[in-house]
Amino acid sequence: MTELLTPETEAEAAAIIARHHDSGAPLRLCGGDTRSGFGNPVEAEVTLSSRALSGIVAYEPSEMVMTAKAGTPVAEIEAALAENGQFLAFEPMDHRGMIGTEGTPTIGGVFAANVSGPRRFALAGAARDHLLGARFVNGRGEAIRAGGRVMKNVTGLDLSRLIAGSHGTLGFLTEVTFKVLPAPKSAATLIVTDLTEEDAVKLMAAAMALPLEVSGASHLPYSVRSAFLNDGINGDSATCLRLEGLPESVSARLDKLAAYAEPFGPLTRLGDADTRELWREIRDVAPYQDRSLRPLWRVSVTPSEAAALVGAMRLEAAVDAFYDWQGGLVWMRMDGAPEADILRALLKKHGGGHATLMRVDPAARKLTPAFEPQPAAVAALDARIRAKLDPRGIFNPGKMAQQEMAA
Amino acid sequence: MTGTIAFREPDAGILARRETIIEELQALLPEDALVHEARELVPFETDAFLAYHRVPLAVCLPETTEDVAKVLRYCHENGIPVVPRGAGTSLAGGAIGQEDAIILGLSRMNRILDIDLPNRAAVVQAGVTNIAISEAVAPEGFFYAPDPSSQLACTIGGNIGMNSGGAHCLKYGVTTNNLLGVKLVLVDGTIIDLGGKMLDSGSLDLLALVCGSEGQLGIITEATVRLLAKPEGARPVLFGFPSSESAGACVTDIIAAGIIPVAIEFMDKPAIEICEAFAHAGYPLDAAALLIIEVEGSEEEMEAMLGRIVTIAESHGVMAVRRCQSATEAALIWKGRKSAFGATGRIADYICMDGTVPLSQLSYVLRKTSEITDRYGLRVANVFHAGDGNMHPLILYNINDPEDAARAEEAGAEILKLCVEAGGCLTGEHGVGIEKRDLMRHQYGEADLRQQMAVRAAFDPAWSLNPSKVFPLEGRND
Repeated sequence: MTELLTPETEAEAAAIIARHHDSGAPLRLCGGDTRSGFGNPVEAEVTLSSRALSGIVAYEPSEMVMTAKAGTPVAEIEAALAENGQFLAFEPMDHRGMIGTEGTPTIGGVFAANVSGPRRFALAGAARDHLLGARFVNGRGEAIRAGGRVMKNVTGLDLSRLIAGSHGTLGFLTEVTFKVLPAPKSAATLIVTDLTEEDAVKLMAAAMALPLEVSGASHLPYSVRSAFLNDGINGDSATCLRLEGLPESVSARLDKLAAYAEPFGPLTRLGDADTRELWREIRDVAPYQDRSLRPLWRVSVTPSEAAALVGAMRLEAAVDAFYDWQGGLVWMRMDGAPEADILRALLKKHGGGHATLMRVDPAARKLTPAFEPQPAAVAALDARIRAKLDPRGIFNPGKMAQQEMAA
Repeated sequence: MTGTIAFREPDAGILARRETIIEELQALLPEDALVHEARELVPFETDAFLAYHRVPLAVCLPETTEDVAKVLRYCHENGIPVVPRGAGTSLAGGAIGQEDAIILGLSRMNRILDIDLPNRAAVVQAGVTNIAISEAVAPEGFFYAPDPSSQLACTIGGNIGMNSGGAHCLKYGVTTNNLLGVKLVLVDGTIIDLGGKMLDSGSLDLLALVCGSEGQLGIITEATVRLLAKPEGARPVLFGFPSSESAGACVTDIIAAGIIPVAIEFMDKPAIEICEAFAHAGYPLDAAALLIIEVEGSEEEMEAMLGRIVTIAESHGVMAVRRCQSATEAALIWKGRKSAFGATGRIADYICMDGTVPLSQLSYVLRKTSEITDRYGLRVANVFHAGDGNMHPLILYNINDPEDAARAEEAGAEILKLCVEAGGCLTGEHGVGIEKRDLMRHQYGEADLRQQMAVRAAFDPAWSLNPSKVFPLEGRND
């Protein structure tokens, strides 16, 4: 059992970190600890959580900017935004169902892991695209302010976005400032059924070339289809295209999209409520919330290569998969072994990308690097940057790829 | 003009070796890739921040990433500073060289390497102009979103270096939000690839760090950028207001109502007069402030959105609403706005400031800006991206009058400090360059700056890349 520290102020956190800097004793960093299941295992006797650093610090709806302490529950943020008709456009997923964690997802955790949902591939972008500024404590125990609270800011180096997605290996986030947007008043989904995976990837790309602002493009093969909407999607496979905005505009664009997609296969239209439910399930990877430890990969790949990559992988191992981000994100579940070497070799052949191991049994987890290994020059650069933020390597040591090897 | 911004003392050892260095660089590069004759160096003495001039040691104009790597490796081994340069349109002095430094110009690397529409990506060399990307994909119905006002001339490499924005960033984001990957040459000549056509990063997000790093971390030779499908239609509308305050309040209310136009541009009375005299765009000369609001989408969507915007504008006493009826008219409205800097240059010398403030502070900062320039006895014209609070006061002065120039610089510094005090930042899209280097301590605390400088040193421990820029000269660490 490790010791859990939950500082209530940034100064308190800084004092704890400064002590660990002096002693060199590692710290496991987390927010609500709902995403600690992925990444390489961290050996540390002390866990430092930001969960007691909680609360919205500033929110100006007319400026579309919010500042919150890192441990603020995501649900609290989303509720405050909803009261003003706004939302987090990057729709952060909830990892609890997939990796079997409990606890409360925090906004700091969202940015530390750069958690982005189905809108990632469209205009909204990733969590890090919305991060305007951050406060964090570096590995020396110094409180650092990065970025600011305005949309456009190119003053100095963008340390906030560097911290985003660093999984607690560069700093202990204490406060984040992020962009929020008006929530769409209405949403609809067009489902094209019975497409092959190859054709689905092509259709999704074609839909993105239309001037209709498709904000979700996901392909659900037959093997996963029943996991959505209570087995409420008819047909064989389902290629789902989402539209959002003012009601009149959504319905006009849905007609145009349907006219375009009509020759590809049978069509189904989903209204607002079903659309919201479906995309929440896609976001949270409903098919693999199966309470198992069967290896699960999150594969970032050139969208047009996605179906070919999955096809090639199927020749090598028992694989189940579905597609988000127009194919750019493949959720891939193995039956037995994670098959990391095969997957990563195939990924290189298919235009490159990265495979991140999200879930696996503890024995395999120790043997499989969770993050995509980097080329030597990039890994060396990563290590030099880490050393500038955390000179004694006390933050989540080993959590990201090649950390110790390159240091 | 002799300004107040200090440069590093040039390295006497490098100056003494000038002839040898030129010979050795000539041996490394193709015949016409090195510029070193005094008269040929003149165009490289400054960039669009005209107040400062420094003749560089030589200028390299490579055509390949490998040649860029050769130059960097040579300079690294010989301790020679390197200043990257795209089209030289920096308004913050980001591309001004120095007597002991090589300017590495990317303007000849201007090929579009790959247009991949199914993946909505284009791979281009760093010297391709911003507008050339959109022009190359326009026939297929795509575009590249960030559109700095200098987009006809500025290069994508420079845009990435400065994380440039533009009028349409309110909806589409700035460069960092539209950049998928870069080929980067590190200070020692190592070539690395960051990102690509896939999304997100497999490790630390170095792409986010490199974007906006002003040539401090490496030299970008290629970029993979995101392409977007063009909307069905786009329409700018002109709104004339009786005061800057009413125009500012209108902007805040539009955003608060949940409407995100693709652009909201603001001009005050001096800017209206200057732009109208140049472009004859039909701007209302009796208005104290003007907004250009552009909406996008289908006919029905644009009409619906404009209806709501007009209602809000009416509640703020709008004097004139001009919807354009044709593409020609739309182009003219934008011509006036996009030529604002050039048009101002016809009537006076000016320095263009570039601070960003929270939207709620727009009116306050505009008022204080006038007070500051009045106090210095200078004229100011304001033309800027109001939707995201990115202000551009143009301070008019006489470049041949040293006292006037010093006053303009001081007034500018006061305005930028005002932006920071109002909760904003020193630069929204032009970068720090040399111009705002010494103001960095007004925005960041000591520990914040030290941390940024330490990260910078992880890339370039000897401070060889664009060395006099961005960070205060004193207190630099490794």
